[in-house]
Amino acid sequence: MNKVKTFSMGGIHPNKYKMTSASPIMDAGLPEIVTIPVKQHIGAPAKILVKKGDKVKIGTLLADADGIISADVHSSVSGEVLKIESAEGGNGYLEDMITIRVEGNEYEETIDRTGQISRDIPLTAAEIIGKIREAGIVGMGGAGFPTPVKAAVPEGKKVDCLIINGIECEPFLTADERLMIEKAEQIVLGAKILNKALGIQNAIIAVDENKPKAIEILNKITKTYIGVNVQPCATKYPQGGEKQLIAAITGHEVPSGKLPVDVGCVVQNVGTVFAIYEAVIKNKPLYERVITVSGDACAHPGNFLVRIGTPISYLIEKTGGLNKNVAQVILGGPMMGSAVTNIHAPVTKLTSGILLLSEKLSHKEQETDCIRCGKCALVCPVGLEPFLIRRLMSEYQTDKLRAAHVQDCIECGCCAYTCPARIPLLDYCKLAKLELKKKK
Amino acid sequence: MTHIIFISMAVLGGTALVSAVILFLTAKKFNIPEDSRLEEIEALLPQANCGGCGRAGCHDFAQSCLQASAQEFAALNCPVGGLPVMKKIAAFLGYTAVKKEATRAVLRCNGSCQNAPAKITYDGVSSCRIAHLISSGQSGCPNGCLHLGDCIKVCPFGALKLDEKTFLPVVDANKCTSCGACVGICPRGLFEIRAAGPYVACRNTQKGAIARKNCKAACIACGKCTKISSDILLENNLSYIPSSAATRSLGEELRKSCPTGAICLTTEKKDE
Repeated sequence: MNKVKTFSMGGIHPNKYKMTSASPIMDAGLPEIVTIPVKQHIGAPAKILVKKGDKVKIGTLLADADGIISADVHSSVSGEVLKIESAEGGNGYLEDMITIRVEGNEYEETIDRTGQISRDIPLTAAEIIGKIREAGIVGMGGAGFPTPVKAAVPEGKKVDCLIINGIECEPFLTADERLMIEKAEQIVLGAKILNKALGIQNAIIAVDENKPKAIEILNKITKTYIGVNVQPCATKYPQGGEKQLIAAITGHEVPSGKLPVDVGCVVQNVGTVFAIYEAVIKNKPLYERVITVSGDACAHPGNFLVRIGTPISYLIEKTGGLNKNVAQVILGGPMMGSAVTNIHAPVTKLTSGILLLSEKLSHKEQETDCIRCGKCALVCPVGLEPFLIRRLMSEYQTDKLRAAHVQDCIECGCCAYTCPARIPLLDYCKLAKLELKKKK
Repeated sequence: MTHIIFISMAVLGGTALVSAVILFLTAKKFNIPEDSRLEEIEALLPQANCGGCGRAGCHDFAQSCLQASAQEFAALNCPVGGLPVMKKIAAFLGYTAVKKEATRAVLRCNGSCQNAPAKITYDGVSSCRIAHLISSGQSGCPNGCLHLGDCIKVCPFGALKLDEKTFLPVVDANKCTSCGACVGICPRGLFEIRAAGPYVACRNTQKGAIARKNCKAACIACGKCTKISSDILLENNLSYIPSSAATRSLGEELRKSCPTGAICLTTEKKDE
């Protein structure tokens, strides 16, 4: 086994709470109604193709990508389009959504639903990227950047390293871990497909050290695939951050304002890679994903294969319902996720987990004065000084934000986690990033 | 020992002398004479540097006054000092000051704790701008007041305070100078600088039924007010009353016509 690697600057060690790492992925089943947002990615919202009353099947194209930085949206169920209007998302703000009433379970004929694993990749690079685009695949780690853009090497750039991100450093979440255990071969094949698209021969699957089973299975499988290697990484948050992972694996630092491709790297999440395999080999659009439903107030936590558009409330019901212990529902992980104000909001391509937290874990301590201990600067993985950013924000000194390099913040939340004065530094950093963007 | 002190004094003193001469000569050579009137006009201004006039500060405004022709001067106004200050500057420059319509900031939201009750608990930072980033707020209205008072903190004149019952910021029209600080800080753009008269205290663009679910005082775009005055605009499920003499005269009638109570009247200023 290779030596364990990690990034050098900052980072923290939060409690893991990985109570669902032994629960196999279960099918969440079909809700009565799904609401599918037309914007589940960074970039322009997709253009709606269907109208009220249309009959759709699983995998039917609902909305077409509008431009290069955009993604197709497919139906996750078969049934009738009930309405197309703006509805409240998880944060209470309105988004354009397509509501479909579920009738039966019919698939589009083009989708190959056999469990057979096909090992040869007969397509060319351009065909692979075309298939990824048609399947509407976006970065499923949380950022939602359209994958076809990342899978194509930009002109004048050279890629020499493909990193598959199987870190999942957020507490509670185990969806990627289960995927690596249960679909290891498909992930490796997905990596090979991406290799072909990028025109390189090697791929590194980076896995957190605290997932020994996943490492073991992947090690066994990669023996038969030349060029794909497993690299264990130290258990440290935010090891799964794109730039942190590149620093750990290659030792290169991605400069401020630059992309991973500028240092010759492409990083893809394991969920995305699995979706790429299914899209290219099985012709399956991205209409379902694996989600962890967990939390200390969740009665029956587990990992579920969920159709996109399933209401969060449906999954909560399935895992024991909203009992009186639940104080907060979080979409995503506890470090970077956000509290939900509307539990009827749908699951999207970017939802990695749903957490039901008790009062004990969601409780916020009273904020006190900054004692200038500098701990936030010490743990920041990009080397910012969050206490200074907060001061600039509370004094309206927005002209100094650029000099403080706010735009490099990855919003990991290490600063707020570690602050002994319980100052929500992350909120200030997010606000500062927004203010800076407004100034441009 | 003493000679070291003298040498140091001589070297430092010498350097200082040479530098002083260089500085003096450079200042002489590159001196740009400033209009002496500029300083005098600036002295007449309130020195709030609030930017309410649309300039960077009082110095910038003084420069604008100085460069303006008689016609242009009539358009200039210091909202803080008002007519008395403008009269003084006019007298100094030999122009005449024109009385401007008095304006104040109004809050275009009536989502008090009674009208828009809280559905969720927010225990994050006590800042509207941060709460706006996280969610649509406690009441669920994506356009409503968040009751956390960023506008109160930013107001340089202390013209805003949070009402204890409604938890909405209340504008003291007499203290408000229309500087626009609250307009800039509110993440939901709820403040508007307006002349006296009726205004729609709602910015929710959702359909009537959805808007009413979150707030009893929401504009539901029923269109009753548009029947009273054709000046009133109805767009995106929201009506907007332009500030004009015509709508002002209809103030009370418009207020009574609104079935949800979304139309409010501005408070009068003392000098109106």
